[in-house]
Amino acid sequence: MARARGRVATAGNVDVPDKMKNRIPVVLLACGSFNPITNMHLRLFEVARDHLHKTGMYQVVEGIISPVNDNYGKKDLVPSHHRVAMVRLALQTSDWIRVDSWESEQVQWMETVKVLRHHQSQLLRSAARMEGLDPDKPPSDLTAAPELKLLCGADILKTFQTPNLWKDSHIQEIVEKFGLVCVSRAGHDPQGYILGSPILSKYRHNIHLAREPVPNEISATYVRRALSQGQSVKYLLPDAVIGYIKDHGLYMTDSSQKGRSTQRNKGKTS
Amino acid sequence: MVVCACNPSALEAEAGGSLQIQSQPGPHDDGAGVRGSHVDRQLLVHTMEELERTEVVLLACGSFNPITNMHLRLFELARDHMNSTGKYRVVKGIISPVGDAYKKKGLIPAHHRVTMAELATKTSGWVEVDPWESLQKEWVETVKVLRHHQERLEAGSCHQWQNSPEQEKPSRKRKWAEPRQNSTQKKPLQPNTKAAPQVKLLCGADLLESFGVPNLWKSEDIARILADYGLVCVTRAGSDAQKFIYESDVLWRHRHDIHLVNEWVTNDISSTKIRRALRRGQSIRYLVPDPVQEYIQEHGIYSAESEDRNLGVVLAPLQRNIEEDAS
Repeated sequence: MARARGRVATAGNVDVPDKMKNRIPVVLLACGSFNPITNMHLRLFEVARDHLHKTGMYQVVEGIISPVNDNYGKKDLVPSHHRVAMVRLALQTSDWIRVDSWESEQVQWMETVKVLRHHQSQLLRSAARMEGLDPDKPPSDLTAAPELKLLCGADILKTFQTPNLWKDSHIQEIVEKFGLVCVSRAGHDPQGYILGSPILSKYRHNIHLAREPVPNEISATYVRRALSQGQSVKYLLPDAVIGYIKDHGLYMTDSSQKGRSTQRNKGKTS
Repeated sequence: MVVCACNPSALEAEAGGSLQIQSQPGPHDDGAGVRGSHVDRQLLVHTMEELERTEVVLLACGSFNPITNMHLRLFELARDHMNSTGKYRVVKGIISPVGDAYKKKGLIPAHHRVTMAELATKTSGWVEVDPWESLQKEWVETVKVLRHHQERLEAGSCHQWQNSPEQEKPSRKRKWAEPRQNSTQKKPLQPNTKAAPQVKLLCGADLLESFGVPNLWKSEDIARILADYGLVCVTRAGSDAQKFIYESDVLWRHRHDIHLVNEWVTNDISSTKIRRALRRGQSIRYLVPDPVQEYIQEHGIYSAESEDRNLGVVLAPLQRNIEEDAS
């Protein structure tokens, strides 16, 4: 069920003018490992929302974090139930972003475009239900299903160029049928990636480039390494997530350092 | 050689030397006292190496206008680094927000800045806020703040339980705070005259480089800060900081008192950018601790008006140093 219908999620101190009601409602979906989730992931949502609101055309009604399936096969990926739990803890204090475990619960890994399709159909279903609840209410912009957009960092845009990582037809569907909100990251040139790709260039009106005003390069890779070396990660991720990691003995070994690949930690408590 | 951690090395094992386990009954076994297992664990890991470590208190001075996750990270990075050298044990962190008399442009009232820092450190077991500097009527030079805290620690150390595990904040009851009853047995503990922890100035590279700004610092103060206390400087561009030290005679002379800590995660969460984001209605969530963000929203303390405070006013240290030079 789409949340916050009619309510606009905004940064504090921002007056919401009446013309917000005529804006296109948007739901932001972020896919990724979230291994573990960090403050930088959470910032993506805040920056993207601010950016879309400033365009004057959109109102962001919801954010969804969808941790990737274990069968993605990425090294060091801790079991999805942990990654989902950590995201849930991180979002405890957010009133507009939620975690969705559907993708992680599927039998196999699935392409991002399929996750988008799934959530889009969920949103359509909710919208239909909302209309159905009040048949006398004239359909307005607010009861139209929100547009679902893929939220990502600029580095993801670059990966579209990696051979065989994405199907061309999927890239097209993502930018044509859904849309991308891409938050800048140091060392990346999103404009360049777009100009260098015919598909992306064609649909560049549907690719929103948001600039993070406060550079903040917290990578989960760094966090995992720091944890395995017994170093502090406080203030890089929410306290509740750090507590969970310690309670479950996650990330105690960093196979990228030791050359050993481990899918699962032994559950040692520190 | 400048002490520099260019590669984050794994922390040394806590029990590197031989373990000395308490074999004779001591004051902690008297049954009458209330001692938690925390103390027993502390004694177990007190190897000879541990006891030879110099205890350190990290003091950070600054505007904290407002405090951000980056400020808090400085403490964490510095502590990990100092502890991993094997020579130090960081027992406390102190945030000392500057007084309003500093007259920096955009500096909002100290009571707000102190409160936000307190909110930010609520979940920290070792970093606390000290409002002494902010309560002084006149601006206080950094070296005097260091001196104040060092003297306070020295005054307090006579009454301290000499194991001094990481000092918990006053709000939490320390069950082992009573002085030792029995000093006759030989124990792997220091006698009552254990030295007070050493205060070191914690900072980012910007402070190090500010030593070069004319009239901002007295050169004898810089020398005092380095010689009597020492600097722990967290920086992303380690080589720039090393170059800066190399090119300054006073810094070079005291290079052994400067600990450079590498910050691998580019973390440019400057307070200036936070204030700008706030003026533009942009979110600052996840850049500052949640309670700080809530406080700022609730009290509406940052605005275009607040940014113009002290506009055209000369910064206190510049004023003072120029006046003293003139007299």
